[in-house]
Amino acid sequence: MALKDKLHNLKEKYRGTKMAPLFNGFHTFLYTPNETTHSGSHIRGADDLKRTMNTVIMALVPCLIFGMFNAGYQHHLAAGEIERVSSGFFSAEFWNAANFWIGFAKILPLVFVSYVVGLGIEFLFAIKKGHEIEEGYLVTGMLVPLIVPVDIPLWMLSVAIIFGVVIGKEVFGGTGMNILNPALLIRAFLFFAYPTWMSGDKVWVAEAVERTGTADAMSGETVLGALAQGQEAAYSALEMFYGFIPGSVGETSTLLIILGALFLIFSKIGSWRVMLSSVIGAIVMGLIFNQITAAGIIGENSKFYALMNTEFWQHLVLGGFAFGIVYMATDPVTASQTNKGKWIYGFLIGFIGILIRVFNPAYPEGIMLSILLMNVFAPTIDHYVVQGNVKRRMKRLKVKSA
Amino acid sequence: MSTDIRIKKGLDIKLKGEAAQVTTNALASNVYSLLPADFHGIIPKLIAKAGTKVKAGEAIFHNKENDQMVFVSPVSGEVLEIIRGEKRKILAVKITADKDQSYFENKAIDVKVVDAETIKSILLSSGCWPFIKQRPYDVIANPNVAPKAIFVSAYSSAPLTANYDYVLEGKETELQAAITALGKLTEGAVHVSVGADSNSPLDGLDGITLHKVSGPHPSGNVGTQIAQIDPVNKGEVVWTVTPQDLVIIGETLLTGKFNAERIIAVGGSIVKTPKYYRTIIGAEVSTFVYDAGVESDEFRLISGNVLTGRAIKPDGFLGYYDNTVTLIPEGNYYELFGWNKPVFEKVSTTRALTFSWLNKNKVYDLDTNTNGEHRAFVLTGNYEEVFPLDIYPLQLLKACMYQDLDEMEALGMYEVAPEDFALTEFICVSKQPHQDIIRKGLDLMIKEIG
Repeated sequence: MALKDKLHNLKEKYRGTKMAPLFNGFHTFLYTPNETTHSGSHIRGADDLKRTMNTVIMALVPCLIFGMFNAGYQHHLAAGEIERVSSGFFSAEFWNAANFWIGFAKILPLVFVSYVVGLGIEFLFAIKKGHEIEEGYLVTGMLVPLIVPVDIPLWMLSVAIIFGVVIGKEVFGGTGMNILNPALLIRAFLFFAYPTWMSGDKVWVAEAVERTGTADAMSGETVLGALAQGQEAAYSALEMFYGFIPGSVGETSTLLIILGALFLIFSKIGSWRVMLSSVIGAIVMGLIFNQITAAGIIGENSKFYALMNTEFWQHLVLGGFAFGIVYMATDPVTASQTNKGKWIYGFLIGFIGILIRVFNPAYPEGIMLSILLMNVFAPTIDHYVVQGNVKRRMKRLKVKSA
Repeated sequence: MSTDIRIKKGLDIKLKGEAAQVTTNALASNVYSLLPADFHGIIPKLIAKAGTKVKAGEAIFHNKENDQMVFVSPVSGEVLEIIRGEKRKILAVKITADKDQSYFENKAIDVKVVDAETIKSILLSSGCWPFIKQRPYDVIANPNVAPKAIFVSAYSSAPLTANYDYVLEGKETELQAAITALGKLTEGAVHVSVGADSNSPLDGLDGITLHKVSGPHPSGNVGTQIAQIDPVNKGEVVWTVTPQDLVIIGETLLTGKFNAERIIAVGGSIVKTPKYYRTIIGAEVSTFVYDAGVESDEFRLISGNVLTGRAIKPDGFLGYYDNTVTLIPEGNYYELFGWNKPVFEKVSTTRALTFSWLNKNKVYDLDTNTNGEHRAFVLTGNYEEVFPLDIYPLQLLKACMYQDLDEMEALGMYEVAPEDFALTEFICVSKQPHQDIIRKGLDLMIKEIG
């Protein structure tokens, strides 16, 4: 009780000052505010933006924890200290404390830096513009550590976050106004600003970079990277589905991502339209490529062959596809805002994502680029969907006056 | 002959404290009040001054734009005071009531034989005209523009509102007179909507097109029904009248007396005995609210329903168009971790650790807490679930916010009233003031387009 009253008094003291948004930002984390309705409806629904964002974060937590285990597992595996998993999803080779602590020590700083840097910028802009701190970064801050390689230097991450949040979001007016998904922009920035870092076979395994050239050298190529170079995938489909493969921190386990997706759809926070249509789009593109290779139009000596010949359903469990469509493409601000538009938007993400993946072996992470591309086109899609409604209204008027 | 209107999109908010179907005569109020705020967009020009003796139905002020359109006193008595605000804007005209009521005598007419012009002039001069509202813009109808149709919704789906079947019981004669008279003012139909399984006194009236409405709120909103029956296009006007006002119109036409009596529902979770009261427009709400009993010190008193009504003080007055008074607890408290803990006692359309989806029939005790702070629009697709009109609500709201008149027009602004956005406002996770945004948008259109 005392704490509640003290905080209330502090809030009243800071009201109207520059620091008020900062104080309220922390205060509202502890207590939902004592605000009452002033205009219109006298009662309001139970959800606020914090709850919405929190739901997405809850859906991300399994991926984060899996990522911690996986980071350790890939490290130990590459160092030759342990064997590959042998007995399904709950294999003891994977789920053990030795794996976890390596990942924990690697990934917790990523999460920490992501939130400190990102929220710091949000706070600065909120204070400068005098509005309350918006919750947009809560999800972005959780997404960012999950879509970067585990060995990324923290300074690099910080630079990318500053770029992504300021250029991607704040210049457009902050949460709700941005055109591109900030988390993806951060990832894209890393990709194009530090290309040698973000590709190759070193960064995906903890400590692989430091050990390059030493006797303990190790490496771990992502499946997509291997395929793009025309090699066979070194992992079984089930391993890829479970997520026991090298890759960005949280994107590997399709199984957990599907669970997260189901949770988001059930809670009505994530758009099932976007997720479903993306999967359809990817399957269609995958099937087209499969047909092309089956018909012999592209031969085995083509550099596109390996990825093109990958069976269509395998594309769904490879790389960042599942993670991208469940957590990135569904971002309501940057996705299409109309329900019809969401179908088109999602389909094109899946379709173009696989297209880029196959034809652009230098950047096998096609989903990231296709989501960013469709982010740009989402307002256009919406425009035409809304025009349909406008035309219907015009037609009604013409029928009347005719 | 009737058509069915089935609404699928929407949300029924079931609240505690529904009025029992018992009617008590409220204590006679000492002071009655006319509030120009009830008549949106009207600038009052006073006819009576403080100290003037008026009869019930005698003009107090008229519309500055149209001196034919008068607003009358609901009771006989003496004008007590005129309360003014900034720039001498009239906020309220208070009238002390006489012990014995006397009525201003209008000409009683036989609605079947008189022509439209006579009806119009009587409605204007007797003070009945303000009961007729129009779309577009949701304001008092312009008497110079004939509507393409008239809509009456005798089905109330909003939470804790008065049940029309109950309050209109035995008023068939008045309703019929009003319908016949209004029918002469339009070339189109008079559309009357009743609940699908209701037993409304409006069922058997002549000269109406009957519609049976079913589905969740806002199925009872007249705007929802207009959209289903005959949507408003650019350049068209429709009129809407509420059934309880039809009764007053009918009685005035039949007897020549403006009788502002109406039966209102008093409900809400903190009302001890929620029930109906017979009172008069503009009466002090304290004359019945405390009779029903209030079980709280901090409460929100609303003239109207919880979604669209206006907050008033305990010494406030019943609104001109309201047939419901609602009392709910104020929500000015802090809630520890209110944003992430599971919620069982509040209504939500999502399932984000909110559990109102478990039991659709559960009755809630909601308060005025916003359950969060104001934010920018973020979520999409959720408004559409509770918004049955063929309009993109988010896009229209944004068009209003950046004041793009062309876009507002194209997206359907002529069809909507603030009350149509009450539910989207209720579920809005960004806690944006939707009704306020729409009202300001409509006002801008009146100003710029007219």
